[in-house]
Amino acid sequence: MKKLIYTCVVLFFKFNVAYSLIEVDITRGNLDPLPIAVSPLHVDIQSENYKDVKVKELGELISSVIEKNFKSTGLFNPLDKNAFVQKPDIAHLKPRFEDWRLITAQALVTGKILIKDNKLKVEFRLWDLAASQEMVALAFTTTPSNWRRVAHIISDKIYERLTGETGYFDTRIIYVSETGPRTQRVKKLAIMDQDGANTKYLTLGNELVLTPRFNPANQLVTYMSYFRNLPRVYLLDIETGIQEVVGNFPGMTFAPRFSPDGKKIIMSFAKDGNSDIYTMNLESRLVERITEDSSIDTSPSFSPDGKYICFNSDRSGLQQIYTMKSDGTGTKRISFGNGIYGTPVWSPRGDLIAFTKMRAGKFYIGVMRSDGTGERLLTENYYQEAPSWSPNGRLLVFYRETKTNKDGEGFSAKLWSIDITGYNERELKTETDASDPSWSSLLSK
Amino acid sequence: MINHTLGENMKFNKKITNLLIIALSTLALSACSTGKKSGVGSGDVYTGTATVEYLASGVKDRVFFATNSSSLTTASRDTLRKQANYLRKNKDLNVVLEGHADERGTREYNLALGEKRANSAKDYLMTYGISGKRVSVISYGKEKPVNSASTPLAWSQNRRSVTIKAK
Repeated sequence: MKKLIYTCVVLFFKFNVAYSLIEVDITRGNLDPLPIAVSPLHVDIQSENYKDVKVKELGELISSVIEKNFKSTGLFNPLDKNAFVQKPDIAHLKPRFEDWRLITAQALVTGKILIKDNKLKVEFRLWDLAASQEMVALAFTTTPSNWRRVAHIISDKIYERLTGETGYFDTRIIYVSETGPRTQRVKKLAIMDQDGANTKYLTLGNELVLTPRFNPANQLVTYMSYFRNLPRVYLLDIETGIQEVVGNFPGMTFAPRFSPDGKKIIMSFAKDGNSDIYTMNLESRLVERITEDSSIDTSPSFSPDGKYICFNSDRSGLQQIYTMKSDGTGTKRISFGNGIYGTPVWSPRGDLIAFTKMRAGKFYIGVMRSDGTGERLLTENYYQEAPSWSPNGRLLVFYRETKTNKDGEGFSAKLWSIDITGYNERELKTETDASDPSWSSLLSK
Repeated sequence: MINHTLGENMKFNKKITNLLIIALSTLALSACSTGKKSGVGSGDVYTGTATVEYLASGVKDRVFFATNSSSLTTASRDTLRKQANYLRKNKDLNVVLEGHADERGTREYNLALGEKRANSAKDYLMTYGISGKRVSVISYGKEKPVNSASTPLAWSQNRRSVTIKAK
């Protein structure tokens, strides 16, 4: 697999400035998105051709990807390029701030690229138009076929500078691709860039596969497969394609997730009608039983410091959310609202737990604090579940299924994302129907 | 965005709901123990035969469950006794019990629930003298519905444990 070699050279980095620089408040949602002008990157005329990369259009292509990223956040309003007042190369040297302000832009992104000796050199700048100054300037080098990642990395840097939060654009989403009628659904593991580009299918669809989840520490994946009709948790290296069954359990293992350091897999093991939670250390192969209860215990998820586990159990009668220490002691029920709760998943920031709630024939995606207080329901629908956090803990991606008619027609399964403010709910377009999304960590940390 | 705050009223309602659940389950239990009910199980268990297939003449291949339940109804026990009878007469035959759930639950919980349902059926076969070695169990959760409609009828047909002859 192509490995991105990218060296990040900081040209300037102005830290404290006396003027009050523009900032985007992301706690409020998209009530007032920031008008931003993304100038096409100037393509240096000395650029050479490279394989099938469209060198002449590359500046436009990169800026379009950046614009699409910004638009998807609901926090930015990328302005129409037809209104732009300066040529890309000139604007990149020093914009005429007052001209850009005329088109109501508050921030401007400029840049230039050069392809030489099979390398893509990129330079970009972010300008604060109100304060008439440069906010960020960066340059880096990579292979030209990585140009989409260049766009995502630039997007991340600008998002970080303007919101104060870590970006999430240079990431991928793994999910289950679904085709065929519902009674004979064909499911494959699929992976795509966060913006829907570069879809790849990782399994052939010969066996049922479910619940792929990224390792937060690297690009390994754990998932459940019915290979040879033995439902088990597997580990998959998406770079090499090598997969292996996790542990040697005499029955169904399911609901896998990685520990935050990526060294353990936590999952459920079902035996004789009872599902309990286990961990397996991937290095020592040591298996530990974490819960021992005659009820169903499943959907475990570690806190980001690895000290706690939240999970789903029906020990009180119906599905509720519980937390415990990672050794299985100190179990506490945290969900007490009307309805039943499933699929708890701990935010990478540690403060919130996202969940699915079922009440009165509706399914909700919501968040609560890890002690169970502050429950907020973000979205309601006929069927939706399985939230997964963006690596910065600002968004949730989940899947939604439609209600069918009496003849069972009209079924679809799609991926959706929503900001934890409850704003900016949007579909993530996939080539096929899709479910069980899991968001990767940043590819370039 | 929906803001949901848990007020006192809701807590109170919940208590009432809990009381109701206790009352209802007591009723269901007494109904079972007196054995007065026949055919129709408690709650929303499917009692029809539209999706049923047969292992042999008069031996139904599947039993149905109430929402969120893995308890066997009187009718289910009757079906399983007939299956046990059939298995006693066909000693070389092994079976796989496939446990399923309806679409109205989260995927992972439904996998566990399907496993629990199939094991309820397995346990009952074992109490009627069938060796556990002859019976294996697999759960498909909500992944393999027989009826893909989003209706209470379809859901009741999908909450099932199906006995399949092992290959």
